[in-house]
Amino acid sequence: MSGHVVPVRVYMGVFLGLLALTALTTWVSYFDLGPMNTVVALAIAVTKMLLVILFFMHVKYSSGLTRLVILAGFFWFAILAALTLSDELTRNWSPSPAPWSFLLPLIRGLL
Amino acid sequence: MEQQHEAASLGMWVFLVTEIMFFGGLFACYAVYRALHLQAFELGSRLLDVRFGAANTAVLIASSLTMALAIHSAQTGKRKSVVMFYLVLTMILGAAFLGIKFTFEWRHDFVDHLVPGFGFEVRPEWGAVGQQVPMFFCFYFFMTGLHALHMIIGIGILTVLTIMASRGRFNEQYYAPLEVTGLYWHFVDIVWIFLFPLLYLIGGHYAMGGGH
Repeated sequence: MSGHVVPVRVYMGVFLGLLALTALTTWVSYFDLGPMNTVVALAIAVTKMLLVILFFMHVKYSSGLTRLVILAGFFWFAILAALTLSDELTRNWSPSPAPWSFLLPLIRGLL
Repeated sequence: MEQQHEAASLGMWVFLVTEIMFFGGLFACYAVYRALHLQAFELGSRLLDVRFGAANTAVLIASSLTMALAIHSAQTGKRKSVVMFYLVLTMILGAAFLGIKFTFEWRHDFVDHLVPGFGFEVRPEWGAVGQQVPMFFCFYFFMTGLHALHMIIGIGILTVLTIMASRGRFNEQYYAPLEVTGLYWHFVDIVWIFLFPLLYLIGGHYAMGGGH
């Protein structure tokens, strides 16, 4: 098998980077940044995920087919999250429609 | 051989994509309920100990490094004892993660009556949102529990790999079982990389006046 051999110093660099990002995200959580706390925490988590996927999981050295499968997976998760949240988070944007009974006098008038 | 290597990794990635959707459903569910009961979720998050979460993140990252080094040792034709050393080290770090999780965190939560269904006590000082705090802990125990189950399965697979390594099964030409188990192990690491900030960090620890 002739998979790509990643040098040990790359693994060590990624490991130290992940530890530094863990320390950073923990430190930042003690400051009140409002909604930015969540944004920063998730941005650091995504950065850590990319480090793990690209180097530890060898995706940086993998074929286009493997990358396509991974991207399809994340794309499908994005659909799941986007459609769920677009429903849940926008329910209070417009007033509830009036019940159908408001049509009854109109119908009676027509009859 | 190149194609076989490719096929093994690709097959594992297809499985991991199903795992993304499996955990993804939970993450989406968590986002919805967090948006509905934001105050209760932030309160619940502050009841967790960030130090244990951060320490466990470091332990899990270290176990990913040793897993990568186990594969590297096989790829470069190191003696089987070197491969076994890294595999056993990975298992020890995985067990350390579970040890911290179960004995320091879950046991502590149980003593503090924070386990829904097992004598959960809503404290008066939580105020109006107190009734919704058990919902946060349902998510906490289910998500970390499912993650822990994946860790236990991973340690089981690593045990088999260590036995295979002791019989000299792996060499520069053949290490596919190590490679695909590595993908699984790193994936479980990534799940924790997201669970840590979502459960422990974004609950507003600054509100407690700095340190824990």
